[in-house]
Amino acid sequence: MNHITRTVRSPVAFSVLAGVVIGALFLVGTGADPVAAYGAVLGGSLGADGIGATLTTLTSVLGLALALAVPLRAGLINLGGDGQLVLGGMAAAVTGLYCPLPAPLTVVLALLAGMAAGAGYAALAALCENRFGVPLLVSSLLLSYPAASFASWLARYPLKEPGSSLPQTRQLPDGVALPRFGSSTVTVGLLLVVLAAAAYWFTDRRTAFGYEMRMTGLSSRFAAYAGVERGGLALRLMAVSGALAGLVGAIGVLSFPYRFLDGSLTASGYTWTGLTAALLAGAAPVGTVLASFFFAVLQVGGLSMERTTEVPRELTQVLQAIVIVFLAARLRFPRSPGLTRLFRGRDTEQTPQTPQSPQSPESPQGELA
Amino acid sequence: MFFDSDLLMSALRALTPILLAALGGAICERAGVFNIGLDGMMLMGCFTAVATSWFTGSPWLGVLAAALVSAAYSLILAVGAVTLRGDAVVLGIALNLLAVGLTSFLLRTVFGVQGTFDDPSLAGLPLVGGFSPLAYLAWAAVGVAALTLSRHVWGLRLRGVGEASDAAATLGVSPVRYQYGAVLVSGVLCGLAGAQLALGNVTLFSENMTAGRGWIAVVAVMLGRALPLGVLLAALLFGLAEAAGFRLQGLDLPQQATDAAPYVVTLGALFLTTARRRRRTPSPAPARPSPPPSSPSTSTSTSAGAVS
Repeated sequence: MNHITRTVRSPVAFSVLAGVVIGALFLVGTGADPVAAYGAVLGGSLGADGIGATLTTLTSVLGLALALAVPLRAGLINLGGDGQLVLGGMAAAVTGLYCPLPAPLTVVLALLAGMAAGAGYAALAALCENRFGVPLLVSSLLLSYPAASFASWLARYPLKEPGSSLPQTRQLPDGVALPRFGSSTVTVGLLLVVLAAAAYWFTDRRTAFGYEMRMTGLSSRFAAYAGVERGGLALRLMAVSGALAGLVGAIGVLSFPYRFLDGSLTASGYTWTGLTAALLAGAAPVGTVLASFFFAVLQVGGLSMERTTEVPRELTQVLQAIVIVFLAARLRFPRSPGLTRLFRGRDTEQTPQTPQSPQSPESPQGELA
Repeated sequence: MFFDSDLLMSALRALTPILLAALGGAICERAGVFNIGLDGMMLMGCFTAVATSWFTGSPWLGVLAAALVSAAYSLILAVGAVTLRGDAVVLGIALNLLAVGLTSFLLRTVFGVQGTFDDPSLAGLPLVGGFSPLAYLAWAAVGVAALTLSRHVWGLRLRGVGEASDAAATLGVSPVRYQYGAVLVSGVLCGLAGAQLALGNVTLFSENMTAGRGWIAVVAVMLGRALPLGVLLAALLFGLAEAAGFRLQGLDLPQQATDAAPYVVTLGALFLTTARRRRRTPSPAPARPSPPPSSPSTSTSTSAGAVS
């Protein structure tokens, strides 16, 4: 019972509710019926016609949410998901096009190549912080732009499909594709991403590495005293993060339209949706899955809302951001020491209270009475 | 001739939005509020400036409205980070996302177009002596900010609030008031930056048209160590990179290489400055935060409890 009230009163429930209410105000403002619009969101995303699209979207959103949750668990924010995603997709496309092995092996190799490319590029951002002192938040974001430009250049010049007017590579050979479930657009990629979520859950709950990660996130200073080497941890977490983002890119290329099309991987803004989901869940494994599903529903449902009520689907993007605004205003996430420096004055309140005075942390004098 | 006065002129033109936004970021940084929502505040400024100029026909009203709306938008950060003590990093990211969503939504509901709103009768800012009037304003703002921060009592108190808000509070300076002021000023400056971008550099609005300039401004704050003159130099560097990029496009280099140039230059500049700073300080401890001021107080309270 206590558990339920705590969940209902938590900032997460509050901010989701606030987002839905403010979204309804927007709907009323544009002259639409909020009930009909939200009904269209749910019907369009969870109904028989929409569930396939929702699960396809979930594959990307969950994969990127996991990619961003892994470093966030330790208080690190990876803003370079777009670059890692695109490089992963490009690596998978190149492997798929030029690997001489049989198709099933090529698919596996392409997935691995995508993960390796993403991991390497994300690790580069961590090295920038460890070696050169450039904060990860900034190094990961700045590295993202050249990566996207590089992949765009590859798709436009050296690897461009001859005769095509689109900036895209040739189509992958027959059979070099992820198997699909029946006649739907859902591929085995969803399974891979769900497996990754399970692995994240296990690591987070049951392993020493997961403990180090959570400890660093809760108090990086305490973790440092306990012997966690922050630079190494950041490097490993970023590599995992990049690998997951690269995996999503590879899955994207190995699904319809089975090629690398410049801009198609990043057009839907899944990286930002993933970051939003990871933030909403506080990077907790199960929460990340739930939040990803919520945002996948919103994203797909937004399209059918636009069809039935003529409210632009961008409203769902507004709704997403509002949820995070409310959440951030009420919650604090652990952050890296480089940024903590800027908040020195106020960080003191985050320091865990000594167990001697759990009843009245506000007034230690209470004990004297 | 690659480096000539033409290049410098176009660099000076390109740097204005980044300079305005980065000045706002520097003032926030000095007041102890980490502001990475500059990009979103700029984007709100862009849209407001274009919409107001379109409906009133006056680009000047557009500039004014952009400053006001961005300032109002920045209040979200002030309330969230200063009053409610939320996480400024997450709030900043959320502000950027909200601005992208909100402006795209409004672009479709107000103008009924998707992607870009572009009309020949949309009035842009006139040029005065080869530069937008906002460029002169930006240079003046550098001087005013530098003098205020270093010489005026407001600047002294603002820096005091940023460095030790508790100490400032004991001296009777309200940290909340100064931090609100800093965030609002950054909102105004970002609004002007957005107006310059949408009515000065070009005369149109397109989705996400800031294209990461607000993030470059965040980096400029870091590079310039939150000093107005340092920020000016950092912004000049990006202006040069952007102008050189345009120039390189004429030399048959692929556009993708020139697109990436400002970011690569930024990262390189960050490497150089942080490496030099590290060499100067012999202990390269990775930014270990100083011991928390609260630890002595908790220890005294527990010992007091033991005495009683």
